Amino acid sequence: MAFDEKTEGFNVVGTRPDRPDGIDKVTGRASYGADASKAGMLHGAILRSPHAHAVIKSINLDKALALKGVKGVVTRADFAEGLTGENWNVLENVMAGEKALYDGHAVAAVAATSQLIARDALKLIEVDYEPIPHVTDVDKAMQPDAPVIREGQASKAVPAGMHPNVVDYHESGHGDVEAGFAEADLVMERTFTTEATHQGYIEPHACLATLGGDGRGELWCCTQGHWNVQKICAALVGIEQSALRVTASEIGGGFGGKTAVFIEPVALALSRKTNRPVKIAMPRADVFKATGPTASTSMDVKIGLKKDGTMTAAWGEFRSQGGAFPGSPFSFTAMCAFAPYALENVKQIGYDVMTNRPKQAAYRAPGSPMAAFAVESLLDEMCNQMGLDPLEVRLKNASKQGTKASFGPTWDRIGLVECLEAAKEHSHYAAPVPEGAGRGISCGFWFNHGGETSVTLAMSEDGTAQLMLGTPDIGGSRASMAMMAAEELGIPYEHVRATVADTATLGYNEVSHGSRVTYASGLATIEAARDTVKKLCARAAAKWGIDEDAVVWRDGCAVPSGPNAGDFDPLPIGQICRKMGATGGPIVGHYEATPEGAGVSFAVHIVDATVDRETGATSVDRYTVIQDAGKAIHPDYVEGQYQGGAAQGIGWALNEEYIYGEDGRLQNAGFLDYRIPVASDLPMIDTVIVEVPNPGHPYGVRGVGETSICPPLAAIANAVSNAAGVRMKDLPMRPSRILDALDG
Amino acid sequence: MRYHTPDSFEDASAIAAAASGTTRFLAGGTDVLVQLRSDLVEPDDLIDVKHIPGVKDIAQTADGGWRIGAAVSGAEMMAHAGLRAAWPGVVEATDLIGSTQIQTRCTMVGNLCNGSPAADSVPALVAAGATATIVGPNGTREAAVEDIPTGPGRLSLAKGEVVSALNLPAGHGGDAYLRFIPRTEMDIAVVGCGVSLARDGDVITSARVSLGAVAPTVLLVADAATALIGSRLEEAPLAQLAAAASAACNPIDDKRGTIKFRTHVAGVLAQRAAKIAYDRAGA
Repeated sequence: MAFDEKTEGFNVVGTRPDRPDGIDKVTGRASYGADASKAGMLHGAILRSPHAHAVIKSINLDKALALKGVKGVVTRADFAEGLTGENWNVLENVMAGEKALYDGHAVAAVAATSQLIARDALKLIEVDYEPIPHVTDVDKAMQPDAPVIREGQASKAVPAGMHPNVVDYHESGHGDVEAGFAEADLVMERTFTTEATHQGYIEPHACLATLGGDGRGELWCCTQGHWNVQKICAALVGIEQSALRVTASEIGGGFGGKTAVFIEPVALALSRKTNRPVKIAMPRADVFKATGPTASTSMDVKIGLKKDGTMTAAWGEFRSQGGAFPGSPFSFTAMCAFAPYALENVKQIGYDVMTNRPKQAAYRAPGSPMAAFAVESLLDEMCNQMGLDPLEVRLKNASKQGTKASFGPTWDRIGLVECLEAAKEHSHYAAPVPEGAGRGISCGFWFNHGGETSVTLAMSEDGTAQLMLGTPDIGGSRASMAMMAAEELGIPYEHVRATVADTATLGYNEVSHGSRVTYASGLATIEAARDTVKKLCARAAAKWGIDEDAVVWRDGCAVPSGPNAGDFDPLPIGQICRKMGATGGPIVGHYEATPEGAGVSFAVHIVDATVDRETGATSVDRYTVIQDAGKAIHPDYVEGQYQGGAAQGIGWALNEEYIYGEDGRLQNAGFLDYRIPVASDLPMIDTVIVEVPNPGHPYGVRGVGETSICPPLAAIANAVSNAAGVRMKDLPMRPSRILDALDG
Repeated sequence: MRYHTPDSFEDASAIAAAASGTTRFLAGGTDVLVQLRSDLVEPDDLIDVKHIPGVKDIAQTADGGWRIGAAVSGAEMMAHAGLRAAWPGVVEATDLIGSTQIQTRCTMVGNLCNGSPAADSVPALVAAGATATIVGPNGTREAAVEDIPTGPGRLSLAKGEVVSALNLPAGHGGDAYLRFIPRTEMDIAVVGCGVSLARDGDVITSARVSLGAVAPTVLLVADAATALIGSRLEEAPLAQLAAAASAACNPIDDKRGTIKFRTHVAGVLAQRAAKIAYDRAGA
């Protein structure tokens, strides 16, 4: 669907109404994953490996099963056999087979009549482990002497002679990098590292499962994509997809981390074993240990720069570990690294590496923030050394329409230059850097995504509309979809009720990921509404006895298209709907497609920070996010995404990290020592919405949820490095690391 | 688990003395309940002291000192203008514990008896010269706060002994407590430092300096106090103070901070806390 070429004149789009789920959420009426119960329900609990890497020699369940109140125990033997590919990986992750692969890896699960009994029963399960050497660091895992996580996982792309832990390889680019470096006045190469971070959603994973001996089941869970849950769970417990009806609960944050399954197949297996509904709610420590944090990385980046600020060449090697399975976002890291820049000579290489850590999951623009940290930090250091303005250098080299992107495609209409111009004009950039502070800027890029989408819009007899969506609402999307439907139907926003439908009541919908929802579900909503309007017009045409093409829709009414069509009074939507039973039956609009025109998005962040030189403490004093939204449907939620990405980026840059001990065990599986920022850590985060329309959406929408976390690591590191007078090349920039850097 | 609600400390002590398994006292519960939920402890006897008359009282004694009951919350201390004026460092240290919600429950006695070397209120109490009133099978005794913890999670209290109140002397100067945390709140001290001092004009006449999270117990650092006494907080005594504080440190390397970092920051915080206490003593 192409852009309507309309940027103004909207009635609803661009306004800021209350979200439909707001009252439920602030009054406690909203039902989250752990809020469901059923008669006869049991409570599940999962036993997890205390070892980073161990052979499971035997599991004795006798004592646990003998405990009063225990109704069943499952191990790997209770799941499907013969799985391959990613289904096997997911099963291996949700219930260990021959080996425990990381601290926290599930090895057995219990269903009992109370949570306390289930927990007590876990202590009675006897597992005979044989600990074996482990590795948790990405660089160490690539060394010849590193313990092998699992043989035979490497894709054909991996160059010969690499360690078996290296399971995938990416290479892209164009031009002649060496020739480009030869043209430069300054060539600099640096190594950067980032630690794994967790999405830190406030709601732990929770689900309620029922699966009978007839192979039919129901599942209630907090997820970003319930059709995906249906597909994977059906495979893992060996039933047909349609036999499992999955309902997505209200969701307390996901950020990519709820695109995977962890406890759902286990609850289903326990339910089948006990013939009772089983609820599992993850303790927070399990969320840290055994869900999907993001990758940790080690990166080498090299850039050539001329005195006039022209980038002559860029090269990068990005090593990324995603836990004990293939699938780290190594290729995204490589592809995003130089995407903001128009480069004649560029090459990027990526390695996907396995370690004894939990299987990584998506986290907001997976892989991109780390790449930006490396590239934008190096660019900042080079600008400093050459006395160049970092914003001007970025403008001079910025990608624009027609530029051949670093990873291959040629850009369509994009908004990086507009973002950089907006940054340059912003009062933040114009203001002098405060005494003692440092300023950093960074660009960031994310692809955005379309994906399989299905929407139904059903009219009620009173002329209000029920909008059925299949993408769980992780960022105010029910409000945005209702606004787009109201815009098309010409009715008030409050007259549209948007609901996330379950898997049994709507066509397949891909997960809410890839910043795809406002783009793809939005596009489908507009099309479903236009389909509905067509049907409404047809009813008016029939009533008036004129051709359907002679009726148009205006302000919520059918009207004749012109004087030649006939002289009829406008027919309001309520009147058409009141009679729909007698005029042809229910009026329902649909749209099903896999839209592929998701426009990419760029952002520019500006940060001022100060450093306490005696303690190494950092303060982020001023923060401005400038990002291209294409078209902001609900500006509050666009700004919220901008601020949220910056806030999570501040945590990642300064204090968040997975800390592993020598024993390979996670040292900080809780919010006390896994330090996400608290409100008082954050400045007011100012936002600027740039609107360069996406040619692939009727209103020009681009996804905004992920790009906002791409620039912060680098922008903050640049601000801190400039404040401290030393270049910070490793994240997080915890106080002791800053003091060590200041000590030289 | 047996849950008890005695109405006197003598009864509480008797229950604890007679108990055979694991015993925990419950006041605010901000440590015990978390430990229960985390499977760190499963008490056989849980003795709730909140029903004992007087446990929520903040009272000024005849000599101008203060007696703070075992169940007085951080929020109640913050709301007490007299106590805040007399011992701002102690009150602010307690106020640093946890969140606003935790403040309505957490107590200084609980903070002390949890036995953490990183407890925020304890260094402030030690610097202030506070004592604990302890009720036990053999009657009631008083002990200096610094003598109560003996190591992480370990106390010098005998079986059946329970702390009923904390006692602060009459405020006679100024006190301050500072801690270092990587964030701005909702965190645990990587280093904590309490300073209490009195002035005669510009000259410091007495001082106590304490450190938290840099050794198995909260430390009372005599050398640091010596550096201050007789000074006007000039550069040289401040340098001596930092050196003495750093020298007293015996920390561990862990996920919250390195030995090097803690040792260095102890000196930094000692100087900063001393300056605040000095200004307060002169006010």
